[in-house]
Amino acid sequence: MDLEQTSGHPQGIGIGAYVARHIREYGLLFALIAIMLFFQVVTGGVLLKPVNITNLFLQNSYIIIMALGMLLVIVGGHIDLSVGSVMGFIGALAAVMIVSWGLPVIVAVAICLVTGMAIGGIQGYFVAYWKIPSFIVTLAGMLVFRGLSLWLLAGQSIGPFPRSFQALSTGFIPDLFGLGRPNALALAVGVVAVLLILWMGLRGRARNARYGIEDEPWGLFLLRNAIVAAALLFVTWKLAWFRGLPNVLLSMVVLTVIYVFVTERTTLGRRVYAVGGNAKAAKLSGIRTERLTFLTFVNMGLLAALAGLVFAARLNTATPKAGFAVELDVIAAVFIGGASMAGGSGKIVGAVVGAFIMGVMNNGMSILGIGIDYQQVIKGLVLLAAVFFDVYNKNKEA
Amino acid sequence: MTALLEMRHITKTFPGVKALDDVSLAVAEGEIHAICGENGAGKSTLMKVLSGVYPAGSYDGEIVYAGETVHFTGIRDSEERGIIIIHQELALVPLLTIAENIFLGNERASRGVIDWPETFRQTEGLLAKVGLRETPGTRVESLGVGKQQLVEIAKALSKNVRLLILDEPTAALSESDSQALLDLLLELKAQGVTSIIISHKLNEVRRVADSVTVIRDGATISTLDAREGGLTEDRIVRDMVGRDMAHRYPARQRRAGDTVFDLRNWSVWHPEHADRQMIRDLSMTVRAGEVVGIAGLMGSGRTELAMSIFGRSYGRRISGEVRMHGRPVDVSTVDRAISAGLAYVTEDRKTLGLILEDTIRRNTVLANLGAVSQRGVIEEGRETEVAEGYRRMLNIRTPSVFQKVVNLSGGNQQKVVLAKWLFTEPDLLILDEPTRGIDVGAKYEIYSIINDLSAAGKAVILISSEMPELLGMCDCIHVMNEGRFVGELAAEAASQEAIMSMIVRE
Repeated sequence: MDLEQTSGHPQGIGIGAYVARHIREYGLLFALIAIMLFFQVVTGGVLLKPVNITNLFLQNSYIIIMALGMLLVIVGGHIDLSVGSVMGFIGALAAVMIVSWGLPVIVAVAICLVTGMAIGGIQGYFVAYWKIPSFIVTLAGMLVFRGLSLWLLAGQSIGPFPRSFQALSTGFIPDLFGLGRPNALALAVGVVAVLLILWMGLRGRARNARYGIEDEPWGLFLLRNAIVAAALLFVTWKLAWFRGLPNVLLSMVVLTVIYVFVTERTTLGRRVYAVGGNAKAAKLSGIRTERLTFLTFVNMGLLAALAGLVFAARLNTATPKAGFAVELDVIAAVFIGGASMAGGSGKIVGAVVGAFIMGVMNNGMSILGIGIDYQQVIKGLVLLAAVFFDVYNKNKEA
Repeated sequence: MTALLEMRHITKTFPGVKALDDVSLAVAEGEIHAICGENGAGKSTLMKVLSGVYPAGSYDGEIVYAGETVHFTGIRDSEERGIIIIHQELALVPLLTIAENIFLGNERASRGVIDWPETFRQTEGLLAKVGLRETPGTRVESLGVGKQQLVEIAKALSKNVRLLILDEPTAALSESDSQALLDLLLELKAQGVTSIIISHKLNEVRRVADSVTVIRDGATISTLDAREGGLTEDRIVRDMVGRDMAHRYPARQRRAGDTVFDLRNWSVWHPEHADRQMIRDLSMTVRAGEVVGIAGLMGSGRTELAMSIFGRSYGRRISGEVRMHGRPVDVSTVDRAISAGLAYVTEDRKTLGLILEDTIRRNTVLANLGAVSQRGVIEEGRETEVAEGYRRMLNIRTPSVFQKVVNLSGGNQQKVVLAKWLFTEPDLLILDEPTRGIDVGAKYEIYSIINDLSAAGKAVILISSEMPELLGMCDCIHVMNEGRFVGELAAEAASQEAIMSMIVRE
């Protein structure tokens, strides 16, 4: 009844109607906040303690890093099931080179990243140029690299790594201002980030106004930014009272910014969306679709390798089980983030938020001591609910 | 002779279009009845009404079949009464055998378990009837189109067909296969099967048909008796094309400049069937400011010609030379063809022309992203300005260029496709059925755009199945058949009758 009345109003679009139309984006943000609040309460405040926030980032960094690449693969209309195995394989490779052979860390890291790209390239070659479904190619890759990491490690764990390698993950950026606690650098970064987000938001609004694009109502814009700003300041404040900014957080943020830029502002990103949206039309528009598909897999391989290094560095050992079933978490994160299975749509920010939703749930349920059995069930249901929500809204539109 | 089928005053309306307007059709028991008409005249719609694809209630009028009024609500209904349609695109499953295809959905089985010996025995009987010498266990994919057509007819016979409807049955067949098929129709007639045949090939119509109904613009024009042999092809053609060609086309000035596009000895082979040559040693030129039309039936090779030129998007073993402004150019990939100055507006805008879920803005710049970006970074301001510019220039009706193209009407979608290609600043535009499925008003706008382009010195190739469109728009018209040009007509000399005769007599 209420809805009918508001939609009957003749003048400009109201906040309610705007949210209804962009329910997916707001729903995602709302879901993340709701889940965090829920676990904050039921864990008796443990979730948002400084040490646990730091942990949240460390634990989920590798999922987020791979979600960036997986988003591009899925937007391009494909899937990559091998990333968990590749990640484990690269971790094992790093361990063999650094621990067993004593290669310098920097050399080993470079070799690992190049290897990751080569693995992605081989899989991409079959998908792009031989048109073998990516599901099959990467399923094969998943088995092959799971086997190869077992072989490399001979079934044993290898470790520990030297300090310089561990710093990839568990290191912290030194406080340039030397206050100690609270960490002034962390606070400064938080404030600068908030100002940057606000400035970019305002600039975008000005641009939209110039071209007459319908924009978020002001009230909603302020509310949304207030929530984001509060969350950012809160998190950096908490981090500042522990050990400051983790290295891995910095690389995650930098990577996310780069991928948002590439997907939304460059011709390369635009073409990936076009290929996923309609490969035939894209091809007839002069886009080299095969090469582009190939490159999305090379990129995925690179990010899977990076994730493998970060993961091994955090555990300080390479184990044969590393990366087991991780591909499913990564893919789930991308779909929770709103990407479409058919390709052509999905956003980096969505995938990152999706990864955080999975991460907070993992972390929160572990704190509560919920068994791995229930955890799996709950995660599966959340994935199904998110995608159902998508489809439901689309049907309602039509 | 009594009528087996009478369709009385059938009117069928789609949103915005009257596809059938008071059409009547009477088919006598035991005859072969031909339906003739141009593409889009309403023949297929009429057959869909008859077979229940458009269920009773969705059209006005009455269908009387075998003496009683019928209300079919689906294909199953009409098949039960012995009305079977064989479509132009055959509905066989290539990986299944002949026997499996014939009894698909109608299996010789008890309680879900198939009785294979019985299936094979019956299949052999049916194959003998249609004169197909293959074993029932042969996979359909290994048969040629002609034999597949016979399998379809065998399938129809297995359902105790009383009225057999064939939609363009010989369009894809070779001469000898066509003859065999027509002989089979005559033989079935002798066995008491009534047939309706939809065909463009008037010599075939004259050969087998007892009567002919001509449909034009969704209305019955005439029903002609073909038995006495007094019916001429010219008579049918005259009814098919009609006379009224009022001001449906904007006036254009003919002013051709230098030769822009020069195609020499172009040959293309089918991508899968290595022995089928689709384009045969074809040459053509288009001058600046000239609009050159290509007429021909579906399957004559028009689209294959265009796509093979445009970045080898169709076919294999392509040979020949493309010259632009007198210089040979490389058109081996789409991006090279675009940089050589070619643009191709595809026949099927939804699956080949547009990214439906993307906005007008993004679709407009897709083929020339370089022009709105610097070092790979898109300048969104410029992108929006470009899209806005074309929105105004082509009069694309939309609240903003940030709308998804899926929400636009057909005519406006086509304008977005045109905008995309105009933004690549081509010298030669190949337009493949640019007005298919769009309303009359939007058609006029598209024609005006084409005239503006040629006035601006662009060379244009217009591929169309609508002959009035070719006559109204082109400076000269090539008639295409089986991969080669079989005739060329200057605009002044051309008439629909002349084109149609060239097509149907080949």
